[in-house]
Amino acid sequence: MAQLIKTKRGLDIQIGGKAEKQISGTKISDVVAVIPDHYHGITPKVVVKEGDVVKAGTPLFYNKAIESMKFVSPVSGKVLAVNRGERRKVLSITIQRDEKNSYEEFSVKAVSQLSGEEIKSLLLASGLWVYVKQRPYDVIANPTVPPKAVFVSAFDSAPLAPDYEYVVASEMKDFQTGIDALAKMAGVKVNLGTKPGNTIFSTVQNADITVFEGPHPAGNVGIQINHLNPVNKGDVVWTVNALDLLFIGRLFSKGIVDLTRTMAVVGPEVVKPQYIQTLSGSAVAPLLKGNVTMGVEHRIIGGNVLSGLQIPANGYIDPYATQISVIKEGKDNHELVGWAMPRFNKFSASRLYFSAILQKVFGKKDFEYDARVLGGERAIIMSGEYDKVLPMDILPEFLFKAMITGNIDKMEALGAYEIAPEDVALCEFVCTSKLPLQQIVRESLDNMRKELE
Amino acid sequence: MNALRNLVDKVKPHFEKGGKLEKFHSVFDGFETFLFVPNTTSKNGTHIHDAVDSKRTMIVVVLGLVPALLFGMYNVGYQHFLAIGQSVGFWEMFFFGALAVLPLVVVSYVVGLGIEFIVAQIKGHEIQEGFLVSGFLIPLIVPVDTPLWMVAVATAFAVIFAKEVFGGTGMNIFNVALVTRAFLFFAYPTFMSGDVVWVRTASTFGLGAGSVVDGYSGATALGQVATATTQNVDLVNTVGNPIGFMDGFLGLIPGSVGETSALAILIGAVILLITGVASWKTMFSVFAGGALMAWVFNVAGPDTAAAHFPWYNHLVFGGFAFGAVFMATDPVTSSRTETGKWIYGFLIGAMAIIIRVLNPGYPEGMMLAILLMNIFAPLIDYYVVDANIKRRLKRAVTK
Repeated sequence: MAQLIKTKRGLDIQIGGKAEKQISGTKISDVVAVIPDHYHGITPKVVVKEGDVVKAGTPLFYNKAIESMKFVSPVSGKVLAVNRGERRKVLSITIQRDEKNSYEEFSVKAVSQLSGEEIKSLLLASGLWVYVKQRPYDVIANPTVPPKAVFVSAFDSAPLAPDYEYVVASEMKDFQTGIDALAKMAGVKVNLGTKPGNTIFSTVQNADITVFEGPHPAGNVGIQINHLNPVNKGDVVWTVNALDLLFIGRLFSKGIVDLTRTMAVVGPEVVKPQYIQTLSGSAVAPLLKGNVTMGVEHRIIGGNVLSGLQIPANGYIDPYATQISVIKEGKDNHELVGWAMPRFNKFSASRLYFSAILQKVFGKKDFEYDARVLGGERAIIMSGEYDKVLPMDILPEFLFKAMITGNIDKMEALGAYEIAPEDVALCEFVCTSKLPLQQIVRESLDNMRKELE
Repeated sequence: MNALRNLVDKVKPHFEKGGKLEKFHSVFDGFETFLFVPNTTSKNGTHIHDAVDSKRTMIVVVLGLVPALLFGMYNVGYQHFLAIGQSVGFWEMFFFGALAVLPLVVVSYVVGLGIEFIVAQIKGHEIQEGFLVSGFLIPLIVPVDTPLWMVAVATAFAVIFAKEVFGGTGMNIFNVALVTRAFLFFAYPTFMSGDVVWVRTASTFGLGAGSVVDGYSGATALGQVATATTQNVDLVNTVGNPIGFMDGFLGLIPGSVGETSALAILIGAVILLITGVASWKTMFSVFAGGALMAWVFNVAGPDTAAAHFPWYNHLVFGGFAFGAVFMATDPVTSSRTETGKWIYGFLIGAMAIIIRVLNPGYPEGMMLAILLMNIFAPLIDYYVVDANIKRRLKRAVTK
């Protein structure tokens, strides 16, 4: 029987546009892009130039600091452009897709016949290493540092997140292969966090299964690590998203880099929220065409509404996104003295509005959301707000204050090694003072990494 | 609404950088965000936000203070007409009280917000809402007869030296309203204590003229306790009728404008607790600390009237309840850790009673107790945070 951990603190935000369990087909744009900024904390060194013919799995650039770490093309085709910005910073590499769908072949064997080192170099060469992330700092893992544990969360508790069980079900074998590869490479058992109840993940081999029950962010791997095997100074823990494990599994079963994803297209502004098959790096416009509401300005998000990345209308899906959320931008909304109004349609985790009563007593779910911050930025005033939505043994307010003041000693002591921006997304949501907490955490972690590594 | 929006949009360019009225940008911004929720959208981080903001928080606290203010107005009128021996109707009392109290409110807000606007413009940040609450608290915690110029000076002092020099709302160490009160108390001691300022005996704007009745005394309950020569003191109201716990609870007694009625404060407390703006932990532990400390004095205290003032009376007379509900729970100046809130509240309650009983100089101890604990709140938090750090370090070793 798997261990059960119940978390109480957290918040499930009710937002309309949950994906129906059906796949509307495969949609991939003619031009795809790989954007180095999506891989946080690396310096790209580009190895292709305009006009080069690439296959799916051909390296486009590598990480200057760790040259074996390759970043590959998701499709076969011709390099359209290497777009550079100020100081020759690589903004994106665009590739015109061809119809051949040819793949770079990697000579693979069954995971059981490979050594950990061989698996690692295969992942690095095939560009799939980028899906192995590490705590501390929430960046792509350093392949030279062995981890003390590996964590995979088999569910996503974020608003409108895809149902992992539904997405993985048809590829359970590849998922298992991914787990095996991870375990072999890390030399430790993989910790797999699942939802309560019988799931297809309950029978996964080669993993320690822990059941997590509670509101978001219970599905965040950071929360699971904190409860099971917290990251202390000097520790490294690897994390891989369960859906990214499929890429790794496919590499070992087919010998190719197949970055096809089943993504959830969700949100109140999506006409028919459902799943689609696409490719990481595909442009977002053709995916949403005809499936979003008309006449309003949209905010398109790669990922969930709490911690996803904003995608411009002509932008591309980032490699880590497992869903596309579309909400109203809301810039045209000038609410007259909104702060003094009852605002029955607005959601608040606090009891300063009526949403808590409406939700609990009357079952109201369709609260209105847009991208407005709904207030001005202030110094931290209210206390205890963040604690209510962060189920970790961490005092978030004091950690944030240490981060704002740049006190690295305090950050270390208060838990900066364990935290990732996504873990504090709910803190940012509920913050009365409207502080950009994810940005604060991201910048502080980068700073720490620079100082300490 | 659209017309209003158009007007705002039309004048907006004048207040922006390079505009004619650039100097008033903060003021304009303050009014614009007051009228319309800002339409700024998040650039990164969470794409949706909770509807709560600091304006909402502050306005709810103000709402919680309204019962105390309204009752205070009525009570000012009631005390006045009782003192001059006239019996008039409810509305006349209320009207008299309102006329007496409103100038205090206006002065407090004009001075405080004026400084807030100027500082916001100088520092180039948005106008912060903190003073909406402070400005409402100040008239409620001063005696009704406090000269307006004193209120103005004290408010200015408090806003500048207790808040702005620390960096504004959220950065202050001391509760701004209490610093105002403390400034009045120490700068004009002859005026702020004794028994002449608590009841307005003179007429207000020509209303309620008359002279006080024979045997009138404006001493507050705690004032009577402090000056009593016997161990058991019989409390009386301004015209000599006996009063007890129930009068303290209902509040038709002399005292600072908003502090007399525990009932009105209780309504405010319910509002603050239901909405979750104030911490029930702090509030509860202030009462617990006060009750326990007063009980200890009742049982084993020195032979003074203050020590033998029943513990339940301590909670309803003077500023104890008001301080516990509206001052101790100020999130900025109180302890910010959950464990710390218990300790912080308990010590405020205990300290207030200790000052009341053992200090011969001041009949009231709540103000000083809260200000004292304001200083200690960061220390309490330091140890709570330190315990967390130690626990986290231990985790690494035992693995």
